[in-house]
Amino acid sequence: MTRKRRRLLAVLTGLVMLGVATALVLLAFNDNLVFFYSPSDLKTKHVAEGRRIRIGGLVAPASVTRDGKSIAFRITDGESAVPVTYSGVVPDLFREGQGVVVEGRLDGAGLVRADSVLAKHDENYMPREVVDALKKSGRWQEGSKTR
Amino acid sequence: MIVELGHFALILALLLALLQASLPLVGAARAHLGWMAVGQSTAMAQFGLVALAFAALVHAYVTSDFSVANVAENSHSAKPLLYKITGVWGNHEGSMLLWVLILSLFGAAVAWFGDNLPPALQARVLAVQGMIGAGFLLFILLTSDPFKRLAPAPLDGHGLNPILQDPGLAFHPPFLYLGYVGFSVAFAFAVAALIEGRVDAAWARWVRPWTLAAWCALTVGIAMGSWWAYYTLGWGGWWFWDPVENASFMPWLVGTALLHSAIVVEKRDALKSWTILLAIVTFSLSLVGTFLVRSGVLTSVHAFAVDPARGIFILLLLLVAIGGSLTLYAVRAPALKGGGLFAPVSREGALVLNNLLLTTAAATVFLGTLYPLFLDAVGGPKLSVGFPFFNRTFVPLMVPALIAVAAGPLLAWKRGDLLGALQRLWLAFAAVIAVAAVGLYLTRGGPVLAVLGLALAAWVCVGALSEWAERVKLFRAPLPESWRRALSLPRAAHGMTLAHLGLAVAVAGIAASAFENERIEVLHQGEALPIAAYVLHLDGVAKAEGPNYSADRATITVSRGGEPVAVMHPEKRFFPVQQMPTSMTAIHTNLLADLYVALGDSDGSGGWTVRAYWKPLVPWIWLGAVLMALGGLVSLSDRRWRVGIAARRARAAPAAEPAAE
Repeated sequence: MTRKRRRLLAVLTGLVMLGVATALVLLAFNDNLVFFYSPSDLKTKHVAEGRRIRIGGLVAPASVTRDGKSIAFRITDGESAVPVTYSGVVPDLFREGQGVVVEGRLDGAGLVRADSVLAKHDENYMPREVVDALKKSGRWQEGSKTR
Repeated sequence: MIVELGHFALILALLLALLQASLPLVGAARAHLGWMAVGQSTAMAQFGLVALAFAALVHAYVTSDFSVANVAENSHSAKPLLYKITGVWGNHEGSMLLWVLILSLFGAAVAWFGDNLPPALQARVLAVQGMIGAGFLLFILLTSDPFKRLAPAPLDGHGLNPILQDPGLAFHPPFLYLGYVGFSVAFAFAVAALIEGRVDAAWARWVRPWTLAAWCALTVGIAMGSWWAYYTLGWGGWWFWDPVENASFMPWLVGTALLHSAIVVEKRDALKSWTILLAIVTFSLSLVGTFLVRSGVLTSVHAFAVDPARGIFILLLLLVAIGGSLTLYAVRAPALKGGGLFAPVSREGALVLNNLLLTTAAATVFLGTLYPLFLDAVGGPKLSVGFPFFNRTFVPLMVPALIAVAAGPLLAWKRGDLLGALQRLWLAFAAVIAVAAVGLYLTRGGPVLAVLGLALAAWVCVGALSEWAERVKLFRAPLPESWRRALSLPRAAHGMTLAHLGLAVAVAGIAASAFENERIEVLHQGEALPIAAYVLHLDGVAKAEGPNYSADRATITVSRGGEPVAVMHPEKRFFPVQQMPTSMTAIHTNLLADLYVALGDSDGSGGWTVRAYWKPLVPWIWLGAVLMALGGLVSLSDRRWRVGIAARRARAAPAAEPAAE
């Protein structure tokens, strides 16, 4: 095989790989991107039922109720609040007033059925999405929780 | 006083790095031996100075000198000594200092062991190392000075994030950095080769051991991080496709490709400019990883501080390093033409396939990691790319790569016989069919893909073993003859077999995770929770005191078929200094499966949430990684790569002629 043909072959294989990768990425992007909403966003924007979403904010004070291994609470950004249910063990740092991000699906009654709850590893630390959500609702005090 | 000395040593190191970055380069261009030799002495002195600075910081931590801001923010007098020391790199400033320490260590190693390199090549390599060192030293001194003093020293420190106070994590950063920074040597060699305009088999022989060493360290580092996440986070997961994990995984993928393509340069004098490009990309991805993790664009346990000045500085560093080296590549690579021809079906062809698949997989990971950041930066919607995306892009690309792993080493160089190779893999075919049949039968209605994953692991495993057996003529010749052959086989061949076996073991562990069982229940004292073949019996929860925490410690007796097997003690710890709880999971393993128990919250009336998992083959994931790293080490010990021999060969053989034809 001449050098030219070999190079052509290599380029073609490379292009085919790239094509396959692009196809895979586009297919996967189609339904695997998870959009983030603040509780206020959820009220104003229409979010399709059953679509995977992320919601971030603070765990509303006095909203946590436990029933066996399932837990219900509300997430608030100071303006509006969304009810969430979750079955399982919540992270160590989960508590009222703490910033959290939950991932799950919205059901018909406006309840979020979460399948994961993320509270971060440091008491001073707040998830970036939560900071932005609080800033948007005007409840953020600069310097209060960052370090 | 010692702290100031450390600071002073760091400034001196910067000056030396600048010297190292310039003089040897000029010397190499003008063939001035004296100027070239400056590189060696400055590299070693730079290492000494950075080590001194690092020791000064360690001293401040060990003696709890809270007048140093960095110590006050990240340490506490009540912390155990081990975590006082590892706390040095448990924060932004200290970890950057560790980065530079390892960089200067590699620089000194090139100066020390590279005695037999052609002086001009060594001078250029060291100069490039000097440039990287200067950039990062400048970064530390300008934006992240670990030696800053506090005006009134506080009485005690803030302490280290309790979740980082863990032996597994203590050594995760040094290994990771050994890997990241180790690729800087391959990068420096690549840039030096571009400046010289020639790449030959001898060059590949010099680059391979450094790349191998870095790759082994990175493999161990990633495995440690994953192991840590597995047993501390209490979720039983070992890989989350989290951006910070991806940041370390991308250099690993491309580094693996580099490792393989360098073989082609060494053996067949082909794929030169591709290998150079891979070396540049691997280190660039290491830098991107550092940037992602250190600049605060990603939020995670790794993002210590959010300081825009740092982000911009690292971004500039990235632009100069990546942009500069790629520009150099664009200008000089066309001069590197030449090398051996090969048919598509050949050992080279298989290695090219491996390279294409690995780099494509790295590209999809790159996209999934950076797309949300990019979208956020241009003001688009906030979104996250999670598990499903990576499973649906990365996994399909890895399947053909795994199939090729078994066949590739059986193909001859230059022109291979695919049919013949497949015939020699009959045992592997048999293993695949056996595993698939037994697996599908045992798990009727279960996850089919996981069974196929196990079959694939069997294919890789038996394939690697058949190749090795063929080389030593196992069972075809008398055993002593096979033994003699095994002894005379180059270590690199054993290393490859071991690493490919490790890959098979890890793939099996990953595939089998689909069969795990999970149970979450609220248990009262005396209640039992059955899981898989075991029964967990909660004997009680008691208070326990640690050196700097207090804990609720559960006692759980595990029995199997009525026979007691183990007693497990998952804990929920509370660290008063940080006002922060953490969980300590309990794991009982028999190497075939893990029983994993985490203690959740108390319900206030004597009930405790208990989360239990039965995870078959999960220890194999890390066992596989260790085998891979071990394979790399065995290969590294191959005497053909001792630099002296490579150099003698280069002098004797015509390989040292300029590659440009």
